[in-house]
Amino acid sequence: MSATVGSQEAGGDQRLEVGQEVARRTFGVHRADLVRYAGASGDFNPIHWSERTAVGVGLPGVIAHGMFTMALAGRVVQDWCGGDPGRVSSFGVRFTKPVVVPEEGTEVEVVAVVGALDEGAPAEGDAPARPATVRLDLTATCAGVSVLTRARAVVRR
Amino acid sequence: MAVDQSFVGRTYPPEDVYEVSAEKVREFASAVAGAGSATVLGGPLATADVPAVHTDAAAARALGHADVVAPPTFAVVLAQRSDARFLADPAAGVDFSRVVHGEQSFTHHRPVVVGDRLVTTLHVDGVRVAAGNAIVTTRNEIATEGGEPVCTATSVLVVRAPETPAPRTQEDGA
Repeated sequence: MSATVGSQEAGGDQRLEVGQEVARRTFGVHRADLVRYAGASGDFNPIHWSERTAVGVGLPGVIAHGMFTMALAGRVVQDWCGGDPGRVSSFGVRFTKPVVVPEEGTEVEVVAVVGALDEGAPAEGDAPARPATVRLDLTATCAGVSVLTRARAVVRR
Repeated sequence: MAVDQSFVGRTYPPEDVYEVSAEKVREFASAVAGAGSATVLGGPLATADVPAVHTDAAAARALGHADVVAPPTFAVVLAQRSDARFLADPAAGVDFSRVVHGEQSFTHHRPVVVGDRLVTTLHVDGVRVAAGNAIVTTRNEIATEGGEPVCTATSVLVVRAPETPAPRTQEDGA
């Protein structure tokens, strides 16, 4: 497992450019992680822990909770925010392919690039102030396949 | 069985208060910490890689928060619990074992912090059929008991059409 996440202090990101890669991290994913996530989240759907059920409904095998994969992407965003989840104002993803987790485990790689920069605006008339934000565009791949699309987090600078 | 489209537009008001506890935030944050093999080797208490803001009130206060802060996807715990009011209703016609998550988004009006007493209102925003699959959109508006908006969580769930008669056994049913 590698961890090369650049921590970003508030106000220190003036040199950001659209398209710039700002974080990349590979996470190991094991079935124990899915069992643990099931317990923590309350999502006990058996496709996340029973091979027989997963295959029985036409899946290739036990798959990770989409929300587990999203949370890993969220971790990369949060780390880039200096560890502060409070800077994440919105976060959304589309789940395109399942993360199949065999007995021996797998890996998910998350990459974050700058998707858009907003310098913000002061309050004017009835319009409230708009904070300066960065939109991080995320990709997540497992076994060479993209598992998330339109994965975007807007974070306050 | 088809998903009942007459549920579109239905609203489920809050049924109970969810009190955000330090231990639940720690548990959830530990589960999504990306421990990977450490989870296997270190057991359920492997928490070395959990950001301090999820476990240490002083660290959270140093970032300007009132108390320990939940991870950015924590609200799904409340949202999925709330969704179950619709999804688990036999009248809705949803086969839970055929449900896969299509999309998820969170708009955070402010972070979820320990001590929050939250209520969740569910809106069934859409049910449509595409290629034989049912596409269900739900929106959970999470707020404090006092009415302060905290998070809007929107989910798109795909109820996959069975290609063949379901081969699963009763004991594996969701």
